[in-house]
Formats: sequence, structure tokens, C-alpha cells
Amino acid sequence: MNRSEVFKSIVPVITDELVICNIGLPSQELHMLDDQPTNFYMLGTMGLCSSIGLGLAMAQREKVVAIDGDGSILTNFGTLPTIANNVVDNFVLLIIDNGSYGSTGDQPTYTGKKTSLAKVAQACGCDNVIECKAEETADVLKAALEGDKMTIIVCKCESGNIPVPNITIPPVVIRDRFMTEVEKRNR
Amino acid sequence: MSDDISQRVVGDLIEGGIDFVTTVPCKQLAGVIDELDKSDQIHHVPSNKEDEGMGLCAGAFMGGKTPCIIMQNTALGVTINTLATLIQFYQIPLPMLISFRGELGEPVACQVEMAIHTKPLLQQLGIPTFHFHKREDVEELPEILKYTQMCSKPTAILTDATFWRGVR
Ligand SMILES: Cc1ncc(C[n+]2csc(CCOP(=O)(O)OP(=O)(O)O)c2C)c(N)n1
Ligand SMILES: [Mg+2]
Repeated sequence: MNRSEVFKSIVPVITDELVICNIGLPSQELHMLDDQPTNFYMLGTMGLCSSIGLGLAMAQREKVVAIDGDGSILTNFGTLPTIANNVVDNFVLLIIDNGSYGSTGDQPTYTGKKTSLAKVAQACGCDNVIECKAEETADVLKAALEGDKMTIIVCKCESGNIPVPNITIPPVVIRDRFMTEVEKRNR
Repeated sequence: MSDDISQRVVGDLIEGGIDFVTTVPCKQLAGVIDELDKSDQIHHVPSNKEDEGMGLCAGAFMGGKTPCIIMQNTALGVTINTLATLIQFYQIPLPMLISFRGELGEPVACQVEMAIHTKPLLQQLGIPTFHFHKREDVEELPEILKYTQMCSKPTAILTDATFWRGVR
């Protein structure tokens, strides 16, 4: 299973949730499969998906799923101690760890070698860290959303990409329709 | 560490509706950070890097908060991509209270190196920039906070050593 197949399997679980989605192919895949005002697509700023998700979860009541990538977590490692030390139980961080910078042509990252993101997250102080196989992701994510505990899921999947169209929605529209949805759900 | 000016600045932030602040410390900002931690009206989340902090602010903003980042000017370089592709691209209002190291009164030579680049970088990015040098410059803070929300842009408030030390 590659990232695109993982997305296909989790769409039914996240379709009604507030989602912050990583830059590049992850956002494009989610947009292609299930475009929703509840999806915030990152069009740039590699690395900040988990930070935006945590900030959003701290600011309001609704559950937030940040769907990040291994390469992006590696580039913003400082995020893990911040997450560990600012526990908000409405936050789920799903790291799709395909062991590569998928969006730029699957150049290998260090997580496909000796570095374990789950162990790093634990070492940073994160309490509920679950590493799972790609096939288990939908069930693990569903359980995490049903439980009321901040959870970090590291989904180990294969690298590989499929062709997907670009996102042409203007960024302010993405942001505005997302905020309208956040506001509505917090009323 | 706290003093009148730090109390005044944090008081103005609260008055201006700021309720979420992320910081990476600077010696000049120690008093402000102390004051933040005393306030129960501001959610203070220390971040490990300034671009990470801006990500937290963007999320908090989308969750209905009014964020502010407090940082040193030496961090400007690491935030440029984030300012351009997140804060500006998605039109997120973000006041940046920045200690302007490397100006008159600076004891550390290395700080001058980034001070030289600070205003040119901000100008290049098209970021409205305000420089607090004299103590009374603080009077503009409430208006700057309003202005930031009005135009939905990042704004920079550069605060130098003379400002923090007061008029001598
Ligand atoms: C600062 C910066 N450096 C590099 C890039 C190019 N880039 C875009 S997406 C990406 C890969 C991200 O990898 P990962 O988070 O693992 O996601 P994947 O595409 O593998 O799902 C890279 C390197 C960028 N957008 N910004
Ligand atoms: Mg990857």
C-alpha cells in the first residue's frame, strides 16, 4: 500500500473531520478523492502541517487530524516536543511514513533507514504513539478519533505515487471555507 | 525581570485582543515573556523555532484566536518561506513583536550582522514595519494591532535596545 492507497482507505474516517493536510501530493490526493471545506490544503510551507494542526486544536473544541509526512516531520523536528508538552486531547497527528520525499520523486528519507519516527516521538515525550501497518491505518485512526486522547500515529507504507491534478482553489478560499466550517462547528 | 514597559506591552496586547502568543526568547524580551506567563488571558505556547511558531499561530487563527509571535530579529531568515507561503499567501493577520538586536547599545558584535539585513528583508517581503526606538513609540502599539487585523497581513514591530532601556 502506498500513500495514495492509504488516503483512499481513510477517506471514510476523515470525511467529516477537520483535516490539515501536508503539502504536495498528499493534499492533491485528498483534494482529488474527497474535496471538502473541512480540508485545509497546504500549498507550500513544507514542515508546518503538525504545527498548524496543533495550533488549531489548542484554539477550539473540535477534533483535528493533521496528516503529515515523514519528510515534513524531519524538517520540523521541533514540533514533536511542542506537541508532547502541550497536550490537547482533540488532536490526532497521522504521519504517513512512506520513507521518502514522495512529492519530489521519492528520494529516500532517513525514516526508511535507521530513524524511527515513533521512537523519536516517544523520546520527545509524546504519550500515545502508535506505529501501524498501512492496512491498519483506517482502523487505528478511527479508534484514535473515538478515544479522547491526543494520539500520534505513524503509518508505515510503501513509497510510490500516482498522477494527480494540481489544486487550483485560491488559498484565501481554502482558508475562508475552512474557517467558516470551524466556526459553525464550535457554535 | 518585569518592568513597566514589559507590562505596558503585554497590557496592550491583551487590550488589542491578542489571546494566543508563541515565543522564542531574547534577553530583551525576557520581561515581556514573564508578563505573558502571569496573564491568564493569553495562551502562551513556547516554540522551538520561529517558523514552527508561525505554524501554531496560523492554526490558532483558523480556530478563532488572535495570535502574535514574539521573536528575535536574527530569526527572520528562517521564517521567510513561512511568511510568504503561509502567512501572506493565506492572508493571515500576524503581528510580530521582534527584538531588534544589533542596534545602538548592542554589546555583541555578531548581532549587528543580522541587524543590517533586518529592514531590507522586511521591505523585500512587503511587510509593514514599525520601529520602536524611543519609549513613547509604544503608544502606537494599539493602532498597529488594529492595522494588522484590518489588512490581514504580517506586520513587524522592531523594538531596539534603546526602547527597552528607556530614554536616558
Ligand atoms: C522548504 C522546502 N523544501 C523542499 C520542498 C520540496 N518538497 C515539497 S513536498 C516535499 C516532500 C515532502 O515529503 P513528505 O513530507 O514525506 O511527504 P510525501 O510527499 O512523501 O507524502 C518536498 C521535499 C518544499 N516545498 N519546501
Ligand atoms: Mg514521505
